[in-house]
Amino acid sequence: MLRTWVSLAVLVAGSTGGAFALRRRCERTGRGRRFFRHPTATTGVAVLTFFVLVAVCAPLVAPYDPSAQPDPVGLQNRPPSWLHPFGTDLYSHDVLSRVVYGAQVSLGVGTLAMLVALTLGAVVGAIAGYTGRWIDAVLMRLVDVGIAVPRMFLLLMAVALWSRLPLGTLIVLIGVTGWFGTSRLVRAEVLSLRERPFVDAARALGARSGRVIFGHVLPNAAAPLIVSAALGIGHVMLLEAALSFLGIGVRPPVASWGNMIADGRDLLTIAPWISLVPGLGIAAVVMSLNAVGDALRDALDPREEAT
Amino acid sequence: MTAWLLRRLAASVAIVFAVLTLTFVLIHLAPGTPFLPSTDDRSVGPEIIARLRRQYGLDRPLPVQYLKYIGSVAHGEFGESFSQHRPVAQALADAVPNTVLLGIAALVIEFTLGIALGAYQAARARRRVDAALSHLTLFFYSVPTFWLGLALLLVFGQWLRWLPVGGVSDPIVHDTLPWAGRVFDTLRHLVLPACTLGLVGAAGTARYQRAAMLEVIHQDYIRTARAKGLSERRVLLRHALRNAVLPVITLLGLSLPFLLTGAVLVETVFSWPGMGKLAADAIFSRDYPVVTAAAILAAAMVALSSVVADLLTALADPRVRLGDGDAA
Amino acid sequence: MTQPGGTAPLLAVRDLKTYFVTGRGGGTARAVDGVSFELYPGETLGIVGESGCGKTVTSLSILRLIPEPPGHIRPGSYIEFDGRNLLTLAPRDLRAIRGNRIAMVFQEPMTSLNPVFTVGDQIAEAAVVHQGLSRGAARARAIDMLRLVGIPDPETRVDDYPHQLSGGMRQRVVIAMALVCRPQILIADEPTTALDVTIQAQILELLERLQAELGMAVMLITHDLGVVAGTADRVVVMYAGQVVETASTAELFAGPRHPYTEGLLASIPRLDRPADRLTSIPGNVPAATHWPAGCRFHPRCPHAWDKCRREEPPLLDAGTPGHTARCWLVVEPQRRRPAP
Repeated sequence: MLRTWVSLAVLVAGSTGGAFALRRRCERTGRGRRFFRHPTATTGVAVLTFFVLVAVCAPLVAPYDPSAQPDPVGLQNRPPSWLHPFGTDLYSHDVLSRVVYGAQVSLGVGTLAMLVALTLGAVVGAIAGYTGRWIDAVLMRLVDVGIAVPRMFLLLMAVALWSRLPLGTLIVLIGVTGWFGTSRLVRAEVLSLRERPFVDAARALGARSGRVIFGHVLPNAAAPLIVSAALGIGHVMLLEAALSFLGIGVRPPVASWGNMIADGRDLLTIAPWISLVPGLGIAAVVMSLNAVGDALRDALDPREEAT
Repeated sequence: MTAWLLRRLAASVAIVFAVLTLTFVLIHLAPGTPFLPSTDDRSVGPEIIARLRRQYGLDRPLPVQYLKYIGSVAHGEFGESFSQHRPVAQALADAVPNTVLLGIAALVIEFTLGIALGAYQAARARRRVDAALSHLTLFFYSVPTFWLGLALLLVFGQWLRWLPVGGVSDPIVHDTLPWAGRVFDTLRHLVLPACTLGLVGAAGTARYQRAAMLEVIHQDYIRTARAKGLSERRVLLRHALRNAVLPVITLLGLSLPFLLTGAVLVETVFSWPGMGKLAADAIFSRDYPVVTAAAILAAAMVALSSVVADLLTALADPRVRLGDGDAA
Repeated sequence: MTQPGGTAPLLAVRDLKTYFVTGRGGGTARAVDGVSFELYPGETLGIVGESGCGKTVTSLSILRLIPEPPGHIRPGSYIEFDGRNLLTLAPRDLRAIRGNRIAMVFQEPMTSLNPVFTVGDQIAEAAVVHQGLSRGAARARAIDMLRLVGIPDPETRVDDYPHQLSGGMRQRVVIAMALVCRPQILIADEPTTALDVTIQAQILELLERLQAELGMAVMLITHDLGVVAGTADRVVVMYAGQVVETASTAELFAGPRHPYTEGLLASIPRLDRPADRLTSIPGNVPAATHWPAGCRFHPRCPHAWDKCRREEPPLLDAGTPGHTARCWLVVEPQRRRPAP
């Protein structure tokens, strides 16, 4: 237990200190100063760093094994105490340990699924924007369809049809249903970049299309991609939580914040902490991601330069 | 105008058609024969499965099945619900009005509250109230919908006991109540789910509205309005808001997918017998016809709502003329 | 043509200072720094200067339309209208003057009209607010105003939206909007800059005709001395947030006393001078956060000597009544260097 408290204190101090050190450095060197000018940027970075560190150091932070059921009869639904800071759940799991390990799953799923979506969106958007003509038309109609179907229904259908999904497949599925917006963004960016002199120059030097797209055009479209990635992780985390809540996302005994909320759902009146704590965890991480995303957008928006 | 509308509707039909195809493909990609009831059951012998396959036409070649599938959907037949033992169309007909009621209530909250908050924040930009509200909207924008639902349920339904914890009406007394009492009873049941869904949406709308309003406030015509001697109230509510609301109307069309997604969760939390709960329940009972029907219906609603949003934008913005240059 | 003889001024600006606080550590921009002038009933006063000299900020300050923050009008500034100080007026009383007794026409007709309301609505709005006009009366008034500013077919135009009108038409609408309450003062901030040359002349003609018809005083703010020459009775020349010369138009053109005014005059093409003499003033207007010490024009002045670098000249009487110039040359004319 002492180990938990000490490591938590160290992580809080480390992430806060790190965020402020980063800000000071940015203010000194001038790079990224506009990012930190955003009122919530520093807090966002600190909170995110904290949760990432918690996820990475989970074995160190968690006081117990997350799936251990030390006393399924006597230790059910206990309120928070010194030994169980966030209480215990129906199966006498320690909620803190599950939240800590759940951070690994929730953050991991969010990041990986976003990467899948981002890659797909960037590739499709770049191809559509760069080649134009019928390829563009076909791809963009496909995107229209993708945007028209509520992602949740698509996932529900897929998950329901295949029943027991391994975690990896779930990540890919979330990614595959989430790239439509990104591809529109990238396509628009590529369209506006395509006619710029440096692209012509690359083409004139004999670079092949693929090289022009990935070597010259995409890096220049990075700014909106970074922003949409930051916001996208939060989005995916909410989606994962929703799916797990419905019982078709991450399956117990693996803990994710979403299925923890689901676990506590029927015990709301007698043991609200079971649902409350992971819910606050999601809210904190997604809030920070949105704050960081907002700050990134402001910092990367060239229009802001004037003010 | 008419030509535009026809073209947009045709595009919507095409999108729904594409979704149909997608669902068909998904079903046939899936392992086993999901469109047959109770095949997961080990006790069913192969000859029974074969008979069922014949009965449901699953032994025909794929293109034939596809055409048949399209044809039956076009007639509003989505097949038979396995779990409810009645046509899917009937189950949907019971559920859709509830979702529409919930959706409209949530939309009203989302847009009135969101626009009002965003406009108020913009008018008080960079003051303490604005900062506080910004944090509040960021919180509601980031919190999982179902978790917020559970929290509201706990506070208002369980602890304070002000509002019912679920369902669309009181199961015992509802039918004995007079007309007005029944409406009131339904409204009481509506408050929590609609607020859950509406608050999350309102947070997003407020963030958007604040940005739009801030952009408009710096326009020259706002200065012109002030130079006319108009009150600040009139400047903001008439001249600024009218312009700042335009992009939000487009948002209205885009918010429907999120609303339907949210409905799945909120309806589950509050046992609200709508489309979302129907779909979620269908998943657990492996009731594929219901799941696919719900997905198709949801896609159709989304496609239609984007047409409606464009129409509304055209009504509100004199510069937008439907019919020219809307290819994108 | 009213001369500023014995009549009392309609509007008196005294020691107006409008400062802007620029971003973190950027300092204070003294955009308008101690400006004084008077506007007499029925006259046209031209306010002239390069961009950045503070003329637009001056005009916005009169109706307190400066965005706050970052801008603020310093205490001690004084703008008298109708026996009251506009700068200390309660917002309610100020609004009763805005658009009703003092109206403004802005530079950009494209952006100064609200895109989502009909021009009729926008023209009549000030009359509805200030005079409580009914719907029907407001519409009739809007049509009258459109006719007054020379828009053909006003009965149908009244229902048009701004984007359906050409630039010149829009500026006429903006003028109609300003005049709907028959103000005593019209402040026109670069009313013709955004327009084609032929339209410019039409709009100036229109303003002149309306002034004669309605008997109002006009404050015409422009960077173009050519515009002033044809329309204004008197001219105030501004440089670096200050008034540097005031004179009747005729006198200013005949005998400018400030080197800056001379420079401005030399830079307008004229028929009576060979084209190769067309000159421009060297250098740029300095930044409003760092006005030069001494005379603010000295870094660009061909005559400057050490006194100019040290001491800031006050507005000095330049002989004839009503002609003042902020230049040491007025008292030490022997320092003038002959033109090269």
